[in-house]
Amino acid sequence: MTPAPEHWLVVPIVLPLFAAALLLLVERVRPAWEAPVSLVVTVAVAVLAFRLAAVADTDHIGVYLLGNWRAPFGIVLVLDRLAALMLALTGVIAVASLAAALRLAGRGPHFHAFFQLQLAGLNGAFLTGDVFNLFVFFEVLLIASYALLLHHAGGRALRAGLHYVVINLIGASLFLIAASLLYGVAGTLNFADLAGRLPVLPAWDTGLARGAGLLLMVVFGVKAALLPLGFWLPETYGAAPAPVAALFAIMTKVGIYAIIRVSFTVFGGDDWMADWGRPALFALGLLTIAFGAMGALATKRLVPLIAYLVLISSGTLIAAAMLGVAALGGALYYLVHTTLAVASLFLIVHAIADQRGPRVDRFGNGPPLAQPALLGMLFLIGASAAAGLPPLSGFIGKVLMLQGSLQAPLVAWFWAAVLGSGLLATFALARAGSSVFWKTHGTVTGSPMAPGDRVGIAVLAVAGIFLIVFAGGAARYSMATAQQLAQPRIYTGAVLGYAPVSPQRRSAP
Amino acid sequence: MTEWLFASAIGVFTACGVWLVLRARTFDVVLGLALFSYAVNLFIFAMGRLTFAAPAIVQPGTQATLSHYADPLPQALVLTAIVISFAMTALVLTLALKGRFVNRGDACDADVETRFEDVPR
Repeated sequence: MTPAPEHWLVVPIVLPLFAAALLLLVERVRPAWEAPVSLVVTVAVAVLAFRLAAVADTDHIGVYLLGNWRAPFGIVLVLDRLAALMLALTGVIAVASLAAALRLAGRGPHFHAFFQLQLAGLNGAFLTGDVFNLFVFFEVLLIASYALLLHHAGGRALRAGLHYVVINLIGASLFLIAASLLYGVAGTLNFADLAGRLPVLPAWDTGLARGAGLLLMVVFGVKAALLPLGFWLPETYGAAPAPVAALFAIMTKVGIYAIIRVSFTVFGGDDWMADWGRPALFALGLLTIAFGAMGALATKRLVPLIAYLVLISSGTLIAAAMLGVAALGGALYYLVHTTLAVASLFLIVHAIADQRGPRVDRFGNGPPLAQPALLGMLFLIGASAAAGLPPLSGFIGKVLMLQGSLQAPLVAWFWAAVLGSGLLATFALARAGSSVFWKTHGTVTGSPMAPGDRVGIAVLAVAGIFLIVFAGGAARYSMATAQQLAQPRIYTGAVLGYAPVSPQRRSAP
Repeated sequence: MTEWLFASAIGVFTACGVWLVLRARTFDVVLGLALFSYAVNLFIFAMGRLTFAAPAIVQPGTQATLSHYADPLPQALVLTAIVISFAMTALVLTLALKGRFVNRGDACDADVETRFEDVPR
């Protein structure tokens, strides 16, 4: 396959951005067209993301120079395997959660515009090639996520939202300190240029640069809900409407993406980071798994239970990513799986809560569901996938991670944490399921699921089935991604060696 | 002397900001965030090195090195950061005001018992 023209790289950011502006107008003039426009744009971006992933699969690193300035001086977008993987995943999640959101969208202003802005922010964060634009896109996606979270929100959701906003604002301030510190010592903010300059800094500046790197890890740890920084997550996700919670399944993955990008691409050549930074992150990942598992056992409600599963998966991913190339490859497969599984579980659990009337999502005696067979099967499948039971994708992902970690020094801890958390998650989900589906009395009060919810769950389910049926191809892609990340020279060479378009080339046919 | 004053200003802003953010009332938290962002903006500016009466745009006749000019990039960064933090402060203020009316209070610690009650679906 021939590489796509570079201009396609900017489309996943620009198209949703324009769509957001357009949707604000459409909302006033032709409210009925709003949902179709939003849906068409989201599907188009998702299709494009898969095309870009096919390009990245040829080991071609796409580079787009905004304003045609040479790499370290201008803003650059980079599409390597990792970015393409995250783009494609975002596309699937966005289509599913938008389908599920169609019912909700009319209840408050500007839902679709915010949704597109969120999409632009996510895609931008995955594509950008420098630290400062990573900050900017983080802010774009956070502003949009605040708005989506608080869409049609009541008092307590408002309070949870305020916590989320304040914590992320403090994170943003730390991000700025870290970014400017990196600029102060290295004189550049471009990932590729930083990777080249950091190893040759004078000793005193090296310490500052490492401090900035660790500060970045703190910021990304807030996003990824790594243990001492992740207490906001269960409450916030519990307060989000169903489709928004499904979309938020990708939000913790932004933090994980950024941790992988910075620790491999930028600090990949730094032995100190490899000797101290990675084991520290590994330990925090294990603690996050333990905390998530305990929270999942302790909670008495369905939605927070799924939120604690997000914490477990975050911890697993971070711990596995720090254990070497093979484990990282497994972790990237697991990342796709866990995002799909958690997003679909959020949709399923909210549908269950809808049909239980006043009991909402609390465990224990409640009215029977309107669709006990359908929701029961969906919950069973989703829960087995999330807990990592065979033959579903969670099992494949865990096997890949455990196999990949065999050579690592701290492997016993990792195996114990992954297998133990899987067992505890199975307990928690089985208890939740039996309590919600079997302890019933009275008459059915709820109504069947809305068509949008079914479409959303179906999209995620089909993606999950593809992930199982084509597990060989997906595993090969994620292993190749890990290999590419382990050799940051490929990335830096492609970015810094990319020549701007010259007048001759522009006039060529 | 300038460096000392500048560094102290950043330190004082940060200290006050952290103290205010840790108080469990929304108004104090918003003030703390504002002070914290002042500190961050000053810090970004300082990372371009403190220069006195140096232009940021290249003039004809002067050699184009950083010994003759102020580094323009941190100035651009700080401008972006100011705009974003300004917008964020406005957003938090709106949230705080709405929360104040809906929840009838200024406290921002969570009410554990009932927090998942009014989730819109």
